[in-house]
Amino acid sequence: MSDLFRVDGLTKSFGGLAVSRAISLAMAPGERLALIGPNGAGKTTFVNLVTGQLRPNAGRVVLNGEDVTSLGAVRRVRKGLVRTFQVTRLFAEMTPREHVTLTVLQREGKATGIIGRFLGNHTVAEEVDDLLDVLGLVEKADRPVGEIAYGQQRLLEIAIALALKPQVLLLDEPAAGVPSSETPRIEQALARLPASLAVMMIEHDMDLVFRFARRVVVLAAGAIIFQGPPAEVAADARVREAYLGNYANARRVA
Amino acid sequence: MTQPAMDVSAGAPTRSYPLYLRDIAGVAAILVAGAAGYWLFPDNLALLTRIIAVALLVLSLDLITGYCGVASLGQATLFGAGAYAVGFACVHGGVTEPLTLMLIGAVAGATAGLAMGAIMLRAHGLAQLVLSIAIVQLGHEAANKFTGYTGGSDGLAGLSVNPLFGVFEFDLWGRTAYLFGLALLVVVFALLRVVVSSPFGVLCRGVRQDPVRVKAMGAFVFPVILKMFVISGAVAGLGGALAAISTQVVGLDSISFELSANALVMLVLGGLGTLYGALVGTVIFMAFEHVVSAINPFHWLTMVGALLVAVVLVAPGGLVNLAGKVGGIGRSKGSKP
Amino acid sequence: MPGCGCEAASPTALHGLAVFMQTTLSIATDAFAYGMVLFIISIGLSLTMGLMRVVNLAHGAFAMIGGYIASYITRDLGWGYVPAILLGVAGTIIIAAPFERLLFRRIYGKPELLQVLMTIGITFCVIGVTNYFFGPTLKTIPLPDILTRPVDIGFRTIAAHRLFVMACGVGVAAALWFLIEKTGFGIKLRAAVDNAAMTDALGVRTPVVYAIAFAVAVGLAAFGGIIGAEFLPVEPYYALRYMVLFLVVVSVGGAGSILGTLVACLALGAVDTVGRYLMPDFGNFFFYAAVIAIVFAFPRGFFGRAQ
Repeated sequence: MSDLFRVDGLTKSFGGLAVSRAISLAMAPGERLALIGPNGAGKTTFVNLVTGQLRPNAGRVVLNGEDVTSLGAVRRVRKGLVRTFQVTRLFAEMTPREHVTLTVLQREGKATGIIGRFLGNHTVAEEVDDLLDVLGLVEKADRPVGEIAYGQQRLLEIAIALALKPQVLLLDEPAAGVPSSETPRIEQALARLPASLAVMMIEHDMDLVFRFARRVVVLAAGAIIFQGPPAEVAADARVREAYLGNYANARRVA
Repeated sequence: MTQPAMDVSAGAPTRSYPLYLRDIAGVAAILVAGAAGYWLFPDNLALLTRIIAVALLVLSLDLITGYCGVASLGQATLFGAGAYAVGFACVHGGVTEPLTLMLIGAVAGATAGLAMGAIMLRAHGLAQLVLSIAIVQLGHEAANKFTGYTGGSDGLAGLSVNPLFGVFEFDLWGRTAYLFGLALLVVVFALLRVVVSSPFGVLCRGVRQDPVRVKAMGAFVFPVILKMFVISGAVAGLGGALAAISTQVVGLDSISFELSANALVMLVLGGLGTLYGALVGTVIFMAFEHVVSAINPFHWLTMVGALLVAVVLVAPGGLVNLAGKVGGIGRSKGSKP
Repeated sequence: MPGCGCEAASPTALHGLAVFMQTTLSIATDAFAYGMVLFIISIGLSLTMGLMRVVNLAHGAFAMIGGYIASYITRDLGWGYVPAILLGVAGTIIIAAPFERLLFRRIYGKPELLQVLMTIGITFCVIGVTNYFFGPTLKTIPLPDILTRPVDIGFRTIAAHRLFVMACGVGVAAALWFLIEKTGFGIKLRAAVDNAAMTDALGVRTPVVYAIAFAVAVGLAAFGGIIGAEFLPVEPYYALRYMVLFLVVVSVGGAGSILGTLVACLALGAVDTVGRYLMPDFGNFFFYAAVIAIVFAFPRGFFGRAQ
């Protein structure tokens, strides 16, 4: 198998409610995939299943040919399966530089040392500078995160994820909550992601999806109803039904 | 009004340098204050030594509460573990060398910290708090009942300690004990500044703010806090050991809910998560206590209570933070629609 | 023990058995009555914690205030037990009202640490003030004659006071169940517990619901403090001494759960009572050991709702 990342028959239900129904999906290195779907389609549950916040009732998550289904969230991150959060989760009192430095140190296995100085390592500092530069965060690198714009916080989320040198990156609505004036900066950052990295983006902004993704997967009611190139999504009958069904029915009734 | 040295943190890239200077200044300030205490209150050196011992306890609490976000009402367990370990070693085990005894206190505290952390980290919130109280009460009951070893409510008396380095006798006026305590405090404080400025210290601050984010960074949370519990235990154990050596007796109050609660009060009074706040809070609280409780112990309790309520309402960030923004007292609270 | 267990049991063995039964029964009655006292005091704490998410360490202080008022009324004024209960409960609620209005409302939704500090501060103040006015001695609340007599319940007799306490416990549980499950107020209360912001938006005046719930909680604490004075003697350090007890019950039972609190009270009451009977010197030791074991085993409480 040349797949870098694969899920097989991923199934999860809460009580009697099935929120993921036998989802199967594969990604190759360098893939740019967008996962879309109407509200309540089970996108967040899917992310949580993939990253290990939730345990599936059935199915497997495979990374690099290795079954990681039984591993916890932390171990999956260490294997290269990294996510960002839909609503930023950052340390309000720390600076972007501190966030990224901490992440790099963690990746290098140096984050639990009690002797070394936090900002004292030259190689780490260079790498951190590079990452902050790539994401355009140099100017704000030393201000507490609580004081920088939300769009920049979203970029910092991506910087943290990249600092982990992931193989597969899940971006959970990277542009959510960002004013439209700042979206281009996010888009720029996404365009500059490493080429070999497999990226799965969950997103509502269709413009962003169409520009970013080579392949689109549509999730509805916990199951995949469409996979294919962006150009074909809008024409697919089931996708229209999933997104517009309720409105169409409503009109019919009225 | 404007203090020039205040705004060091505004982001120059070489930020660690001024912070480093600040720590040297901090250590110097402790030394100056300690020396001043020695010259100004030569008759109260026992009290001053007690303040240092409690300051170590409050510092240890700051490590887990201020840096890791774990609230504890049982921190005196670790202090008491150090004190009683030194007491056993000295009275029952015949160890009389002071530095060895300090080491024993630190190791006992660290071991207790490991156990206490492992138990407390099972739970969150209220259950965690309840565990901390139950643990200190359990320790208190044990010390109270096993009178053969601990002396029960009479305390474990009769610690006779050799001269420090074989030269400096622990004298009647407590000069040696005080200077030894002061040196210990300076060393511990400096080491702790290193620890909290290290990658580990920053990681702990991350855990306090958002454990989920820390996990998404690929770091485990439990071992990090547990490690801090061990360090915290060693520091508290040193405090207990200092108290035992300087007073030559280990009392039940060294492992009590009251001491634990007071330590938390001192910490919050001074301010969480800076280490400086722990020292400031301890000194102010204990000086205050000394003055007021000399008049009437129950007035003291009322005053501590009122003080606590006032701190929560007026200065929830503690005095150290309050000093930074004296202008903004009335701003945060007051008008609720 | 005589070594013969085969023929007709010897009189001494029979006697031994009778004594054993007697002891077991009196431990059981005491444990049950004690558990009920814990329940009456703690259920208010459990409900307010579940509702307002406030870690209230001052709950025991209100039980203590009730005890002091009742003691003053019975011993200093010479009035009866019933007016002592009624006035004790009412007086405690009146004393507690400004606390709720001025202090507790400021810490709803604040970080737990601040809640702990403020409520400990209130506890300290109450202890200090009580000591100032009433002195450090233990206060008794004399029982009326009818409650001091033994009552024959068929196979043995037990103290009427024990029966009274048990009946009160059952009554409180039933009344609360009715209040919460069957009345309009209960619906608002449960809604506010689940989602305060939404309930507010729906036009329920949550501050009023909070205030009423707080009054009920404080009143129950005072009630339990008065009728439970035989088990938890009234003295200035009451508020501190039993603080853990009440908190443990709530954290084990799960904040906001009547059934959980009841189970936790009976279980911990049993552990405590048995410990005191069998090993009077180590009673507290085993109690705290049990607490640690239980919380360690059920960190989310018996019924999984503790914070």
